[in-house]
Parts: sequence; C-alpha cells; structure tokens
Amino acid sequence: MPDPVIRVEQLSKTYVVPVRGSGLAAAFKSLVHRQTRAVEAVRQVSFIVEPGEIVGFLGPNGAGKTTTLKMLSGLLHPTAGEARVLGYVPHRRERAYLRQITLVMGQRNQLIWDIPVMDSFERNRAIYRIPEPTFTRTLTELRELLELETLLDKPVRNLSLGERMKCELAIALLHGPRVLFLDEPTIGLDVTMQRRIRAFITEYNRRTGATVLLTSHYMADVEALCKRVVVIHQGRRLFDGQLTALVQRFASHKVIAVEVAGDGIDLARYGEVVASSGGRVTLRVPKEETARVTGRLLSELTVTDLTVEDPPIEEVIDRVFQQGATA
Amino acid sequence: MSGGSGLHRTLFRISLAVMLQYRVASVIWMIGAILDPLIFLVVWSTAARSSGGRVGDMDPHDVAAYYIVLMLVSHLTFSWIHEVFQYRVQFGSLTFELLRPVHPIRADIADNLAYKVVNLAVALPAAAVCWIVFQPRWEPPGWSLAAAGPAVVLGFEVRFMLEWSLAMVAFWTTRIVAVNRMYYAISGFTSGRVAPIALLPGPLAALAHALPFYYALGFPVDLALGRLSPGEALRGFFMQILWLVLAGTLISTVWRAAVRRFTAVGG
Repeated sequence: MPDPVIRVEQLSKTYVVPVRGSGLAAAFKSLVHRQTRAVEAVRQVSFIVEPGEIVGFLGPNGAGKTTTLKMLSGLLHPTAGEARVLGYVPHRRERAYLRQITLVMGQRNQLIWDIPVMDSFERNRAIYRIPEPTFTRTLTELRELLELETLLDKPVRNLSLGERMKCELAIALLHGPRVLFLDEPTIGLDVTMQRRIRAFITEYNRRTGATVLLTSHYMADVEALCKRVVVIHQGRRLFDGQLTALVQRFASHKVIAVEVAGDGIDLARYGEVVASSGGRVTLRVPKEETARVTGRLLSELTVTDLTVEDPPIEEVIDRVFQQGATA
Repeated sequence: MSGGSGLHRTLFRISLAVMLQYRVASVIWMIGAILDPLIFLVVWSTAARSSGGRVGDMDPHDVAAYYIVLMLVSHLTFSWIHEVFQYRVQFGSLTFELLRPVHPIRADIADNLAYKVVNLAVALPAAAVCWIVFQPRWEPPGWSLAAAGPAVVLGFEVRFMLEWSLAMVAFWTTRIVAVNRMYYAISGFTSGRVAPIALLPGPLAALAHALPFYYALGFPVDLALGRLSPGEALRGFFMQILWLVLAGTLISTVWRAAVRRFTAVGG
C-alpha cells in the first residue's frame, strides 16, 4: 500500500479576532483595553487521502473547509496538529512542494486581467520552469479537454465567467500538479459549465493520477466526482467514508416512485406523498419500512412501474449538518 | 529555459504588455511625476532671482540643471510598491503569489522596469522641452558623469528595497497610508527632492547624509551635475552599498516575519 498523499492529524487552527462593542464609548474603551476572542476554525481534524483519490470535503459555510485547504497548501500555519502532503510540511512552503500542488479558489484569479490569456500561461510557464515540450503537451491536452481554443488570444476581461473559470483551471494545472485543492471550483457557473468542469476533473484525475481534495456546495459535483467524503462542521470532523455509507447512515427515509393502473387511488396510506405528476407518485417512507411498503404496493395494487431510491444527497447532507449542529 | 534569466525575461515581457495596456494611466502618472520637480525648479529659480541672482551656490541655470536631471533620475529610481501593496494583502492576490515557487519581489521588479522603459517616452521629451525653456548650465567632468550611471542603478536598488520593506507594514496594519505620508515627508526633505541638499541648513544636511534617501536620488543627481569631489563621490558610493546591504537584510528579515504573520492570521 503506497503512503497516503495527504495525512492530517489532529489539525487545529484558532484565529484571534478583536472584539469591540458598537458606539463611541466602546471605541474609546478599546483604545486602552483591547479585547480579543479566540475562534476555533478547525478543531482536531484527522484524515488521510490516498494517491489518485478524489475526496469531497463538505461542510456548511464557516465549517472550516477553506481554512483546512489553506493549511494544506501552506498558506496558513496550523495552531496545533500536523499536516503532511506528499511528505512535505505545507507551511514550510518549500519550492519543491509548491511546484507539485495547486489551489483553485472559486472565482479568485491568477489570470492577468487586461492581457490575453496566453500571456498569463506563459508567465506561469516561466515561474514553474516548465520545460517547453512539457508545456506544449500539457497545453494541447488542456485545450482539448476544456475547449480553450478560441479563448487563449482574448484578454481576460473579455471572457465570460464560465470561460474565465475554464482558463483559471487550466492555468492552475499547467505545471502538472500531483495534488489539487479545489475550493468551490464550479461556484456561480451555469449547469452546463458545471457539468463540463466536472467531466474535466474526472478526466484529469484519470489521465494523470492526481489526488484531488474538493469542496463544493453543489451536491451534483460531489456525487459525480467523489466516492469518498469527509464532512466537517464547526471545525470538527463528523464523517469520513464512502458517499454511499454516508447516505445509508444518515438517510432516515427512502423514496419510492410508483405508477399504478387505475385512477383516483389514494396512496397516502402507504407513505408521505411528496410529489405526484402524470400518474407517477413519489412516496417518502421510513427506511425500515421500505420492504414492507413495497410488498404491500405490489400485492395490493396493479403496479406498472416502481423504483426505490435514496433521498437526494442534499437532504442527507442537510441532515448530517443538523445532527452536527446539535451534537 | 535557461533558469532565472528566462524567468526574468518572461516576467519583463509580460509586465511590458500590461504597462502598454495601461499606457494612458501611465502617462497621467508621469505628468504628475514631471510636475513635481518642475514646481521646485520654478520655486528655487524665483528664490535665486529675488535674492541677488543666487541661492546658496546655485544660480537659476544651476537650479534648472539640478531639477531637470532630478526629473530623469527620479523617474529611473521611482517605485510605487508601498502605495499598492496593502491591496494585495487585503484583497487576497498575495495568496496566489505565496502559492508560487518564486518570491513575489521578482514580478515587482519586472513591473517597475517595464514602467520605466515605457514612460521614458514621456520623461525624455519632457526633459528636452525643459532644457530648451530653462537653459540649464551643465558642465560635469567626464568621470563624474560616467559615475552617475552606476549611482542611478544603486540608487534605484536602495529605494526599491527600502520601499518594499516599508510596503510590508501592510501585514501589520491596514492604515499604511499614514505611514506612507510620513515616509513621503521625511524622504522629500532628505533626498534632495524638495531642495538640493547643499541648500539645507547644517543639521538637516547632516541628517540627509546619514539617511538613505539622498543616496537614492540626490546623490546620483549631484554626480551627474559634477557637484561632488572624488572623495564625496566615493563616500556616496560607500553609503549606497551600505544602505543596500542594510535594506537587503531588512527585506529578508521583515519578509520572513511578514509571511509568518500572514500564515498565522490568514489571508
């Protein structure tokens, strides 16, 4: 078994923030007596990521996801605990380490606003000392995967949000990083562009074997990309495991979609009706009663179609967060 | 790619492309930079005329030569990093610079040089027009003029590194404008910008000779004009190198502390 690419042990980050009441009196008071408060953004989080894995790092806003990604990419010094990525201690920010990672943060950009995209790419080629043949080969691949052909000669300011995001991803990957930290890579993009970015990340991972740690509020991203998820809430780890296990553990209901022959049949006695259209009724039933309800439906009615599914992942995650908040 | 020189060439080429994109803004900046010495030229020429034709050891033609040369030297040693660095810290662009395997100062040097190259197109004609209008007296000995070249380069390095160190105050406070104002006032008086150092009262002139600002501006100007003896020139170069070493040490020490702080509090 190869060594994990990312190893995080009891990692914590506490920010010290100034505290001051509103009003003039509080302003004067803070001149002589400055008060601060410790905010625990990440609390003793541990996990590992194996080579080539794509792991979803989930949590509500303020859970500590970005703080963790910043610690792993060397931008933040942990308050306690240890992180190692590719064997390096990230906050030492060794050049050899920085050459092997990338961090993509939503719509923040590395591209230079007023000049053509290709110039920004050239700058990164020089900064990362990418040999010419490697640069040409990688650029050809990225051009094809992300359909960049018509974009490279345009000034960045003339690109749409989606086009810019594709170029941001491309520039972040030009140096062939072995570890990708992706913080909300599809935020603000339309559904088509989200799908394209997801397909790209999957393909990049398949072709290069790169390890990916990804945060996203879009569950479609998580379902499409991540077999495994780490869920954190208020700085603490709540879950680490397969996405399917998360659903099994936290979903209290199943969703049964059923079509029956005949009109006006009341299905409410089988479960909670959550949707009904075109003869297809969707029922929500407690997980432990799924088999019994399905059996009753099949024996008591003339069923033309029936499927049993897990509830939408959003619902499950929401439940995890709610449980985390009250834990 | 041939390592560092390839990096510097590329960074310079990209910076040049960006500067050419902002050419109108650059020209407006330059007009401001030209007006500043022009105002002092007029002030000191008027002072000389109203006090019997001379102020200190300078007549209006000497004053004209001083400020026209200062206009060019000031352009060549100019740096604006301390004015803008706080925005890089506050708005997060520094985050990406810290993720790169090169020091951010390299790109700043490229930007600075690109600005100078592009705006020579404004500075040189402006100096030529002033030359015709104000009829300066300029008769430097050959050695002094030749020595002015390296003095300008060293002056730029001293100023750039000092102001890069100053810029890093932004890691500790968001009120860097106040710090910059103070820097501007002190450096204005002791660099030779507000008045040639020779015209300053004794204690202020002594202070100017001890601080770094004169060596980043007034010293190369005085050399280019032939106003210094060989001994004074040697002392000036010694002070430039001394301040360069001190500024270099300051920059690396403060940078380490600044990054430690940035990574402690978050970007």
